[in-house]
Amino acid sequence: MKHSLRPSQYAILAGIMLTASVGDSLLARGMAQMGPMDIHHLSRLLLQAPFNPFVAAGIVLLIGFFAAYTTALSWADLTFVMPATAFGYVVIALLGHFWLHEHLSVSRCVGIALIVCAVGFVAGGPSRTEHPTLDTMDAGLGPL
Amino acid sequence: MTPTLHAWLAIAFVAAFAVLGEVLIAAGMRQLGDLDDIRARSGLRGAIVAVLTNLRFLAGALCMAVNFFAMLYALSIANLSLAGPAIAALTYIGNAFAAKLFLQEKVDRRRWLATLFVAVGVFLLTR
Repeated sequence: MKHSLRPSQYAILAGIMLTASVGDSLLARGMAQMGPMDIHHLSRLLLQAPFNPFVAAGIVLLIGFFAAYTTALSWADLTFVMPATAFGYVVIALLGHFWLHEHLSVSRCVGIALIVCAVGFVAGGPSRTEHPTLDTMDAGLGPL
Repeated sequence: MTPTLHAWLAIAFVAAFAVLGEVLIAAGMRQLGDLDDIRARSGLRGAIVAVLTNLRFLAGALCMAVNFFAMLYALSIANLSLAGPAIAALTYIGNAFAAKLFLQEKVDRRRWLATLFVAVGVFLLTR
C-alpha cells in the first residue's frame, strides 16, 4: 500500500470536502423552495429544478466536486477518499454554529468527534492498495 | 404505498446508485492511473479525453446522473433530516463492502473503523 500525498493532493481532498457539502446544502435549499414533487410529473423535476438559482449553483459546485473526486480516485482508494473527505460535514456544522448561531447539541458534538477520529484513522494510513498485476493488465500493458 | 415506505425505497434507490456509480468510477480511474502523470504526458486536454473515453467511468457517471435526479426526488418526498443521514450512512457502508469485493481494496481494521465512525457521525450530525 502506498502513502505519501503531495500538497496539491491534500488541496484536492479539501476541494472535495467543501464543494460537496456546500453543493448539497444549496440543492436542499433549492428543492425545499420548489416544494414536493409528484412521481407522475418527473418532467417538472428535469425541466424546472435546474433553473432554480440555488439548484443551479448547487449543480455548478457538484460538477467541481465530480472533477476533484475523479482526480482523487486516480491516486487513492475509494475507502481512503470517502472517510478522508467526510470532514466537510464537520465544516458545515461548525459554520452553522459560529456563523448562523445554530444550536450545537450533544449528539452533534459526538458526531463531529466521531468524524474527526475517522479522518485521523485514514489520514494516518496508506492511501492506495497496490495491485501490480491487476493494474498492469487493466492498463493493457500485461500479457493477455 | 405508505409515505414512509415510499421515502425509504427512494433512499435505498439513491444509495444503491451512489455505490454502483462510485465503484465504477473508482475502477475506471484505477484503470487510467494517476491523472497528474497523464496531464504531464498529454496535457489537460489529453487527461480529459482519457477520462471521458473510459467505459467504466462513463457507466459510473451515468449511474451518478441517475443518483442525482433520484436524490432530488427523494429530497422532495422525505425530510432532509431523514434522507441526508440515511443516504450518507448507507452509501459509506455500501462503498466499503463494494470496494473490498469488486475493487480488491485492502480494507483493514483502520478503514472499517473509519467507515463506521463516519456513518454514525454523519447520522448524529444531521439528525
